[in-house]
Amino acid sequence: MNYVDLFRVTLPETVLEIAALLVLVVDLGVVRKAALQMRLAVAAIVGIAGCGVAIWSLSVQGSTGLSYGAGNNLTLLGVGGYIAAAQVGILVLTALTLLLLTGAVFTRNAGEYVAIVLMAAAGGLIIAAAQDLLVIFIGLELLSLGLYVLTAFAKASAKSAEAAMKYYLFGGMSAAFLLFGFSYLYGLTGSTNLHQILLQLHNGDLYQATPLLDVSVVLIVTGLGFKVAAVPFHLWAPDTYEGAPAPAAAFIASVSKVASFALLIGIATAAVHVFDIPGNTAANGQQLHLGFGGPWMVLLVTLSTASMVLGNLAALAQISVRRLLAYSAIAHAGYILTAVAFFSYSPLSTNAILYYILTYGLTTVGAFGVISVVERATGSDRLDAFLGLHKRNPLLAAVLLVLFLSLAGIPPLVGFWAKFNLFAAVLSVSAGVVPFTLVALAVAMSAVSLYYYLQVLKRAYVMPAVDDTPIKVHPVTLIVLVAIAAAVVLLGCFPAALQNWIAGF
Amino acid sequence: MLAWTIYLSFAGALIEALLPKGKAGLARWFALSIAVLGLLHAVGGFVQGIGQGRNIIVDVPWVPSMGIHFLLAADGISRVLVLLTGLAAVAGILFSWNVEHRTNEFFAFYLALIGGVYGVFLSFDLFLLFVFYEIAIVPKYFLIAIWGSTRREYGAMKLALYSFVGSAMVLIGLLAAYSTAGSHSTSLIDLAHAGLPVSFQMWCFPLVFIGFAILAGMWPFHTWAPTGHVAAPTAASMLLAGVVMKLGAYGCLRVGMGLFPHGLDAWGWTFLGIGSWRDVFALLAVIGIVYGALVALAQTDFKFVIGYSSVSHMGFVLLGLMTLNQIGVTGAVLQMFSHGIIAGLLFAIVGRVVYDRTHTRQFAELEPMHLARRLPFAAWAFVIAGMASMGLPGFSGFVAELQVLIGAWIAKPWWTVAAGIGIVIGVAYTWRALQKAFFGDRLPTAEEHPKAGWPDLGAITWPEITGVALLTLTSLAVGLYPRILLDTIEPAVKALLAGGGQ
Repeated sequence: MNYVDLFRVTLPETVLEIAALLVLVVDLGVVRKAALQMRLAVAAIVGIAGCGVAIWSLSVQGSTGLSYGAGNNLTLLGVGGYIAAAQVGILVLTALTLLLLTGAVFTRNAGEYVAIVLMAAAGGLIIAAAQDLLVIFIGLELLSLGLYVLTAFAKASAKSAEAAMKYYLFGGMSAAFLLFGFSYLYGLTGSTNLHQILLQLHNGDLYQATPLLDVSVVLIVTGLGFKVAAVPFHLWAPDTYEGAPAPAAAFIASVSKVASFALLIGIATAAVHVFDIPGNTAANGQQLHLGFGGPWMVLLVTLSTASMVLGNLAALAQISVRRLLAYSAIAHAGYILTAVAFFSYSPLSTNAILYYILTYGLTTVGAFGVISVVERATGSDRLDAFLGLHKRNPLLAAVLLVLFLSLAGIPPLVGFWAKFNLFAAVLSVSAGVVPFTLVALAVAMSAVSLYYYLQVLKRAYVMPAVDDTPIKVHPVTLIVLVAIAAAVVLLGCFPAALQNWIAGF
Repeated sequence: MLAWTIYLSFAGALIEALLPKGKAGLARWFALSIAVLGLLHAVGGFVQGIGQGRNIIVDVPWVPSMGIHFLLAADGISRVLVLLTGLAAVAGILFSWNVEHRTNEFFAFYLALIGGVYGVFLSFDLFLLFVFYEIAIVPKYFLIAIWGSTRREYGAMKLALYSFVGSAMVLIGLLAAYSTAGSHSTSLIDLAHAGLPVSFQMWCFPLVFIGFAILAGMWPFHTWAPTGHVAAPTAASMLLAGVVMKLGAYGCLRVGMGLFPHGLDAWGWTFLGIGSWRDVFALLAVIGIVYGALVALAQTDFKFVIGYSSVSHMGFVLLGLMTLNQIGVTGAVLQMFSHGIIAGLLFAIVGRVVYDRTHTRQFAELEPMHLARRLPFAAWAFVIAGMASMGLPGFSGFVAELQVLIGAWIAKPWWTVAAGIGIVIGVAYTWRALQKAFFGDRLPTAEEHPKAGWPDLGAITWPEITGVALLTLTSLAVGLYPRILLDTIEPAVKALLAGGGQ
């Protein structure tokens, strides 16, 4: 390891940090006296430019990661492959959430907001690439601290402050759990490198020998389960989704999810590469499957089942569309965790999960965009705020229709393809009773989910409007939303395109 | 040629959605021309296909890495059902000529539904078939929820959820079959030849069959059908009964029985005389026939009578499928066509010709109106449609049900006996509805008599006459000269039964 390498590998993060500082300079210096909308626009443009440059910088990163140790065999940060795909996804989604800022009125601190978004995105980039416990933790904290602040950004809103407080307390607690788990893992294996840890566990058969490993896995799953809002670590999600300003909620729902699942992919990949090499068997001759087979898989299966069931059922009862989206996000996390639990040695699972989470992120950003527009016009995110939307703004209603049906998994929209891909990946890893039951449960639960998505669409299209006044949408927001909806349709009609793009890294 | 039916419908739906609001006439004529064009393509494809076996229409790799193809093909069964869809689509638009509320959106959803139906009948890739099958769900929901009547939001949501649960079961079966066959291809032909293990077929068959049969109105999963039909606007109930229920039956035949032929094998043990899934589903079909007919006999709402009669008639389709012999399955396919036409006609008369004028469907309120005198066209049309529905010789229903009954007799005589009872009750409920709705002789009481005299019911319009003529003549033509369809259906059924699938 040397500093040239460090700089090369962390180039995208560096670009984002520089852009964050630049935003502050521009906002607090150059356009300080301008109107709020002007300042927001300038800040967003600088931020988006930063994301653009960061995407470009991914291509000049080279192909070797950042390593240390004798013979440079211990990786800190990986590059290329699924990592690059996830990072591009994070950057694009960040740019989209910044575009949603146009017309926002929740804050007067345009520069600070964009700077914090960019820094949090940098944290996301780091955890997507991290291969070392310490780097994972630092990345997670960088991301999470940003998210806490973003949640609280609507300073005039008590809800925003409450949501941030809850999020912060839960987050701090789960970070402590995670760190505690990491420390046990380090104590057991003497290394902080993922690959090295798993190798130690594998060779030493430690996972059968000591209960401490089980404890550590439970603690780690607690920490990571919090990040992806899996039941029973999901309690922060509905409050945060409801209280945070819409662009911040969109950021939490999309970018943070993509980054967290990229981290899970990283861990699972490291695990299968050690444990699941074809022909690699345990001492008793049993074919080993996925990492710390026992506790890790049992926990993931439990979390996934609980999230699917509870997320979907709780969403049925919501009257706030933001909370509804939060519970649906929990359900979606449940589906994805199934694929993390049954992870393949081939890139099949990686690609399926990435496909799912990227398209999900895109759809959610769009959904929050629509919600923010409706909220600004009606002052509420209740279901009834959507009454007669098709009359008040047909285009916005059409966007909502496409996005929600995609979330429900109706073909030919991309959400259906993502689900099919994901479930096919699970079954191709193992067609045993447990994975099959999980997939069947997931499919059955998607049928439940149609009900609550239709509840929103019913108000937008079917029920009579209380208020007929047209809703005006900022042209930039409208263009972004229509583009997202078009992407959801097109990617769904040509599913191979995104699949090839992901596989091409 | 047949593929254009799909493209035209979806393109039409998109253009309808973009048409300016408030131009109802434009939206109607445009929808009608799209539907007629689709029908012409369907007829063209049907004529071209006479004497041919299965032909591949389009085969483009869609998702190469997973072996999913955009594979459209047609055999005799598909061609007949595409023809039915074309007819039902045109008739449905003729009978929704009076839709004034959000007209262009109505036809946009309508054409999207039609496109999905065409797609299901023409897909020979299981994944593609499933995609089209699900595409049909959403337009149904909105058609009923926005333009429907009695308890429309309830009926629409119930239908959407039943459909979605059914398709979820199909999706599970699809995923299981795909991964069991080695995850190479989702083509129906490849999957049928993949040699799926018998034990696998044994549990996957009922899953997929029930998944599809929910939409075919199989008892006891039929309850969406009456409420959905009643809540739906005329055109949507025509499509629901006419083609959407056929989607389910078609899926049972093409996917359920085509992919998992061993799922129908005997279990090796019997309980109360039931020794295989075949017995189970045949029993459910027979119960559906009798139950649907009995319940229809007790209804006070005109449209509910037709709704339950659909459940009864679809029972014949499922029974025909379970006979597993040439004549029975051929009869089932013919019954799909025949019921599509006749049920469409019945719903059109009840929903458009009668209800849109009288604004009631209750027999008690219709009786004193003496509709036979005031709407002779409706009365005569319903007499003809009722005869067709009872299965009188000369109409398509007779040929179809006769074949199913013969097939059932060959398979298990007691099925025929039970189904025969259903036919007798069928005569009774049709007669009762006819009597109460049109030929009632009860004089209106003082309260029932409107103070300002009976409102003018309005003249019968040309779209109604055209639509009734189109459907009646089709049923008559098939009834008088069934070979017109049988020559196309029989070879396809033979191939399907003999090939252990495809």
